[in-house]
Amino acid sequence: MSLTQEKCLKMYTDMWRIRLFEEEANRQTNLGNVVGTLHMYCGEEAVAVGVCANLRDDDYVLGTHRSHGHCIAKGAQSDKMMAELFGKATGTCRGKGGSMHVADFSLNMLGANGIVGAGIGPTTGTALASKIRGTDQVSVCFFGDGAAARGTFHEAIAMGSLWQLPVVYVCENNGYQQWVPRKNVAVVDSVADMAGSYSIPGVSVNGQDAIEVYEVIAEAVARARSGGGPSLIEARTYRFYGHSLGDEQQYRTEEEVEERKRNADPINILRDFMTERNWLTSADDDQVQQRAGDEITRAAKFAEESPWPEMGEVGTDVLFDAKEVA
Amino acid sequence: MTVMAFNEALREALHEEMARDESVFVMGEDVITHGGPYKVTDGVAEKFPGRIFETPIAEAGIVGLGVGAAMAGMNPVIEIMYLDFITCAMDEVVNQAAKMRYMTGGQASVPMVVRLPCGVGRLLAAQHSQIMESWFMHVPGLQVVVPSTPADGKGLLKTAIRSPDPVMFFEYKRTYTHKGEVPEGEYLIPFGKADVKREGEDVTVIAIGPMVQKSLEAAVLLEDEGYDIEIVDPRTLSPLDTETICESVRKTGRVVVCGEDSSFAGSVSEIAAMIAESCFSDLKAPIVRVGSPHVPMPFSAELVKHVVPEAANVVSAVNRVMS
Ligand SMILES: Cc1ncc(C[n+]2csc(CCOP(=O)(O)OP(=O)(O)O)c2C)c(N)n1
Ligand SMILES: [Mg+2]
Repeated sequence: MSLTQEKCLKMYTDMWRIRLFEEEANRQTNLGNVVGTLHMYCGEEAVAVGVCANLRDDDYVLGTHRSHGHCIAKGAQSDKMMAELFGKATGTCRGKGGSMHVADFSLNMLGANGIVGAGIGPTTGTALASKIRGTDQVSVCFFGDGAAARGTFHEAIAMGSLWQLPVVYVCENNGYQQWVPRKNVAVVDSVADMAGSYSIPGVSVNGQDAIEVYEVIAEAVARARSGGGPSLIEARTYRFYGHSLGDEQQYRTEEEVEERKRNADPINILRDFMTERNWLTSADDDQVQQRAGDEITRAAKFAEESPWPEMGEVGTDVLFDAKEVA
Repeated sequence: MTVMAFNEALREALHEEMARDESVFVMGEDVITHGGPYKVTDGVAEKFPGRIFETPIAEAGIVGLGVGAAMAGMNPVIEIMYLDFITCAMDEVVNQAAKMRYMTGGQASVPMVVRLPCGVGRLLAAQHSQIMESWFMHVPGLQVVVPSTPADGKGLLKTAIRSPDPVMFFEYKRTYTHKGEVPEGEYLIPFGKADVKREGEDVTVIAIGPMVQKSLEAAVLLEDEGYDIEIVDPRTLSPLDTETICESVRKTGRVVVCGEDSSFAGSVSEIAAMIAESCFSDLKAPIVRVGSPHVPMPFSAELVKHVVPEAANVVSAVNRVMS
């Protein structure tokens, strides 16, 4: 898939939709409407949009605890997502999952996940299913740098490589694992370097630059789709907020965060790229932001006005009704 | 006696045991940088340098290393950030730690404590709210400890650290901020010794973890109805103090067993079965269990309130055994 103005505009728009969705969710938390916690993706948007711009609707995506961006970039509706964060009956998971479990199976977005590293095996499994069925679907797994320490990473990638499955492993290396800098708990700096152990290509990209992500992923997706097997792509990125809401962030300085916001905001980087090519006027830019803002305002209103799940919902969806099986 | 919160009592126990015995060390995620989410390991790095290890996100590795270090004579105190993640280390707990002493004909000892923040806290849904006491009760070779107060937290953690066998130590998230009087210095609570948290004549309420506090609240409400409730806190589910429980049951003849976990095949079920077997002729009414329904924890606050048992559930259970 070659890079077009249209593609860029879509990525740029989706970054704004993600950014404003999260800022609104954060605001709704302060209002007491969103409960639990949020793992904010702000700052990392270029990874989700750069990856998903290469995917078809029927390609599979699995996410992490920090997956608002992955869901929106794969096409999830912001109003149903916001309703899920509120715990309303109209949410993507009918209020049963919340922020850490947003999923939309109609888009083959098989879910965010509360367990670090838990998506890597299942994504390799969706790829196995595609191989068995002989489809040309690609599976993409997002995971953090912390997840690369889990056995699931090693076990699943080893099989993905063994059977040359159509999967792209996308590590979002934001340099932190909850409240710990990666360097305190990992010897290998670049997760891409670990690809060699599985004899698959490993590439590290600047995860703040949607274009760079897009191009490297395009190659990995093409390889996977044509039977060339898995790749491991590390996107070096940065989260602008704390690990989750309420994080005091004693492990990093305010200067560091401010510097990244100033120099590595993925929205600014893509805007500059498009402006240079005359692909985005300031009027276009205003319109993108205006539309995204309106959409998110409507999403919040939808969530607020939606009904709560009924008490009987507590006991539904635990199992499929067995009477219909035998 | 000093008044302190549950997490402070645990921290005190940990610090005291580390000062007492150089083989005690700490391992877990975020235990240095943040002192763990509940600050139980706060200050350890400063006071006991070289005896606290902040790990990668690798639960199987963490517990696996713990088993080995324990067999080599150390006393690891492991923090699993949320109990739910212990499922990532089930081989290490169930096939390794629990079986070693038996399989080696008594040669091996695995003096390891696995601390497990559990239950509902902030609303974080199905993968961050579980309890699983009965999973580990079912495994011979493990000890299952569930403190309900700051004092019990301190006394039981100190005993756990000195125990020569693995301990699954349950810390209910909602209990961390509860305050209570805690004895200073050397204070140990033996395993297999239940505590009568309130004496009464009419009904025995056996309460686990946070249900102790909720049962105490229920007892006050039930006073108005003229019922005098006895509350027994087993404190350790394995070993289980059947004697103290049965003594109370023989006195009252009516039993309610309360836990926050699902009562289906749950910790309360073992206690209810034990009572039915040992005290059948003393019972004046069928035993009633209080627990959550057999469902994963939902996210929506609106649904959660129908899952987690509260004092009102204890009140209605007592009314049932009295009617
Ligand atoms: C198996 C497991 N262990 C621990 C946790 C708690 N936890 C949630 S997110 C997180 C840090 C994850 O770091 P990383 O994978 O780098 O993702 P990031 O948060 O940086 O996006 C931890 C330790 C968990 N959810 N699952
Ligand atoms: Mg990270």
